[in-house]
Amino acid sequence: MELLSLSAVELGRRIREGRTTAVEAMQAVLNQIDREEQSYNCYITVDRERALKKAEEAQQKIESGALSGPLAGVPMAVKDNLCTEGMLTTCGSRILGNFIPAYSAEAVSALERAGAVIIGKTNMDEFAMGSTTETSAYGPTRNPHNPEHVPGGSSGGSAAAVAAEECFFALGSDTGGSIRQPASHCGVVGMKPTYGTVSRYGLVAYGSSLDQIGPLCKTVEDCAVILDLLASDGMEGPHVGNQGSDFPLRDSTRIRREDTRFTEALIKDVRGMRIGIPKDYIPFTESEQEASGGPDPEVRDAVRKAAQLLKENGAIVEAFDLELVDYAIPAYYTIAAAEASSNLERFDGIKYGYRAENADELHQMYKETRSRGFGAEVKRRIMLGSFVLSSGYYDAYYLKALRVKAMIKKTFDEAFRKYDCILGPVAPTTAPKLGESLCDPIKMYLGDIYTISTNLAGLPAISLPCGKDGKGLPIGLQLIGDCFQEKKLLQIAYTYEQTANLR
Amino acid sequence: MANKITDETIEYVGILAKLALSDEEKEQARRDMGRMLDYIDKLNELDTGGAEPMSHIFPVENVFREDVVTNGNESEKILANAPAQKDDMFMVPRTFN
Repeated sequence: MELLSLSAVELGRRIREGRTTAVEAMQAVLNQIDREEQSYNCYITVDRERALKKAEEAQQKIESGALSGPLAGVPMAVKDNLCTEGMLTTCGSRILGNFIPAYSAEAVSALERAGAVIIGKTNMDEFAMGSTTETSAYGPTRNPHNPEHVPGGSSGGSAAAVAAEECFFALGSDTGGSIRQPASHCGVVGMKPTYGTVSRYGLVAYGSSLDQIGPLCKTVEDCAVILDLLASDGMEGPHVGNQGSDFPLRDSTRIRREDTRFTEALIKDVRGMRIGIPKDYIPFTESEQEASGGPDPEVRDAVRKAAQLLKENGAIVEAFDLELVDYAIPAYYTIAAAEASSNLERFDGIKYGYRAENADELHQMYKETRSRGFGAEVKRRIMLGSFVLSSGYYDAYYLKALRVKAMIKKTFDEAFRKYDCILGPVAPTTAPKLGESLCDPIKMYLGDIYTISTNLAGLPAISLPCGKDGKGLPIGLQLIGDCFQEKKLLQIAYTYEQTANLR
Repeated sequence: MANKITDETIEYVGILAKLALSDEEKEQARRDMGRMLDYIDKLNELDTGGAEPMSHIFPVENVFREDVVTNGNESEKILANAPAQKDDMFMVPRTFN
């Protein structure tokens, strides 16, 4: 159906011009969900009645002139670790199987204030721990490009819902690549903004120093428009550096930014832009390929071709040595597990969620509840995190990882003195088949090699489609920027998208 | 495997993590954690002597505000999520003998 293939911005324009309505758009999406959902399982919850009612309300506000923004009346999907007032929020876990939040996440509220309408909540790896959406307690999501393959993860339901036209755009969260990698595997655009750009108020925390919310969508233009609304609306956060306390501080999860008009960066021009490609990410010579292993040849060639296109359009592209690449994954999993073990202490069967029935004593109840409520991957990370934080191991593991993080941040600082952007693949391979990844956790963690260091260093990064492999599975291009340089990324991404014309 | 995880360690981690593990799960956890720690030990190749542990990316400092209530009374909504409640309070199992 024609309406479904529109981007979020195109749909918003049609609604404002009176050529369709928010209700028609929602009905089209719900019909598409009826047709496709049993094949893909993108959603954990779809609230049809609420969606149509809210679409009707948005339509009235558009007609009265109360709503006029670019996303007014546009149906959106929300990852199930973002709280939605009055709507089930499970985090893909049995332990939150009946949790109804009393308030909405700020990122969700910001988009609702702009007139976007929630369709439902998307499937995800349990507590965002996984790279395939297979650790969900509500069954795996399947890749719309080939249902035998995973959609990636942890925001796999959001990415698949965009690809399957079961929404016009979606929200995800990215702790180590959880927006960019599923976007890559599903052939859509996904962005992790600079750490602190989007409020994490109402996001169920995994690794708080790494988590960041961002969009999954069809075009770079959609990405800029959504980010505009996520970053500039709502509650105020603290300044970087101590610039005084004379402003109302309401949101400690957010950094106050002035430069949030991201749509201004939608310019088709990369002349003079300096783009660096880490030799470990894309080996250019045989000896570099042998030294690093590097990505799958089909992925490597598609990314090289994308770099070549940017070069032909005036960018200065060169290879360089990015140090410490091999240390990002062990540092990341130490820090993420430590923070997870602390953040997930709150799930104890007292205030919300599942409680084991048979325990007659408090500590027994805690243990039974958590043991039955959490899945294997979550338990694995909680135990590792408890261990690296325990006395006797804290310095050797946790503090060591934080020192490595500081060194990784420094290598990026040095790289961004030379380059406007770092270019590489999103993942070493295209989407694996279902059931191939979970049997070997370390192998699965190694798949995060190109995405993880940006979370450690707080950097913004965007993933966008740059071709397909021989099996027809999408390949993603990743652009990484210095902190607060989303505009450069969006300009380069927009230029690539408009020039390559893959959509 | 360089990291030998003892039964005592697994027992201790189970207490810290508040998890009751079956014998099979304990064995699995011991293998997984050993492999993971072997992998993490790669960090020891790096001389991090001069680097300060970095917990926050940006040099943000704490700023205070007035403690003003901005939301209403939501106790009903919040208690509605409780597995058990009594007289507007969370109900828990016996805490001591």
